[in-house]
Amino acid sequence: MNNKLFEYTLRIADDSLILGQRLSELCGHGPILEEDIALTNISLDLIGQATNLLEYAASIENKQRDADKLAFLRVDKEYKNSLLVEQPNGDFGSTIVRQFLFDSFRRPFFEALASSTDESLAAIAKKSLKETKYHLKHSSEWVIRLGDGTSESHQRVQKSIDVLWRYHSDLFYEDEVDLALVSENIAPSFKEIKKEFNQHVLAVLEEATLKLPDNNWEFTGGRKGMHSEHLGHLLAEMQYMQRAYPNMEW
Amino acid sequence: MVSLKSIWKFLEEVKDPEVPVLSIIDLGIVREVLFVDQKAKITITPTYSGCPAMNHIEKDISHVLNTKGIEFVEVETVLSPAWTTDWISENGKKKLFEYGIAPPVDEPDKSILFAKPIEIQCPQCYSKDTSMVSLFGSTSCKAQYKCNVCLEPFDYFKCLK
Repeated sequence: MNNKLFEYTLRIADDSLILGQRLSELCGHGPILEEDIALTNISLDLIGQATNLLEYAASIENKQRDADKLAFLRVDKEYKNSLLVEQPNGDFGSTIVRQFLFDSFRRPFFEALASSTDESLAAIAKKSLKETKYHLKHSSEWVIRLGDGTSESHQRVQKSIDVLWRYHSDLFYEDEVDLALVSENIAPSFKEIKKEFNQHVLAVLEEATLKLPDNNWEFTGGRKGMHSEHLGHLLAEMQYMQRAYPNMEW
Repeated sequence: MVSLKSIWKFLEEVKDPEVPVLSIIDLGIVREVLFVDQKAKITITPTYSGCPAMNHIEKDISHVLNTKGIEFVEVETVLSPAWTTDWISENGKKKLFEYGIAPPVDEPDKSILFAKPIEIQCPQCYSKDTSMVSLFGSTSCKAQYKCNVCLEPFDYFKCLK
């Protein structure tokens, strides 16, 4: 059971870590000052969540790998984040759509995980949920502004939805790891979470005069360590310092 | 023998490095103080998951208590129960306002998109005719506002529940 709990905690931690790293790339590069600050604030919340989760994962594994070692010294196939969060920032519309799909998943997910029988996961979920509500409000409002904005913003944000929607299934990927923990009431089942996710996404898209793509393309594999080409490039930058100067601190 | 009451008092000297007008007591992040076998054990909780001030605060706690003659200090961080702006003391809210940061106001359900914004008073000219510039500000815990009367920008300490 400990192996499964470790694996499960890593999946949640890596979603926060990798998206936090992606958003941090925008520091100093946001389209306007307010959004530069907003996106990096969200990045900071996500990296904070990742720290709490990786510290917990390290304590479960109990192999003298601390949170920093887990964050910086794994190889790509050992990262268990969903494919959605590793996708590049693209234009502002694409950054917002990625965030919107992720936040729409994270809010009901943390709400459900807050009742976990595992006290540490429940505590992290309750803490993170408060921050996630702000993230979701921010990304949802931007999807509506861009979708129901100019013809240029509408067309570009629609294109981002067409491209990124195929990765949403990976957020709900379920295997023996989840199922074993669901039976212990440690992990919540994805059934209700997916219902809430769909409801929120569809309501916002309607308001934004946007639609889901017609195809049923689904890409999964992140939870098993099978990633898109983008993760390796992200890790190269994220891990550079620890690889070049092992154990350096600041 | 050091009394618990005096330790609480000493901790008022530890300030939030990002809002130096507030002590960690005003902020409500000190959850428990114990003194056993000549050792002080202080339990604190972060405001936001990624609050970069936490390490700094931990060091400051040890430093302040050391200077008061308490040699052994242990600081523990807990996540549960999760911090809320309700724990900021009334005195703390007053100090925030005087410092130029609008204190947290009870906000309606955050799931309502484009909700009618809550009324935030400008800490410079006291007008209530203000508008939100961005939900995110200079630190995780703040939003950016501007006053429509005196035109000054100001920080609002976001309600977190």
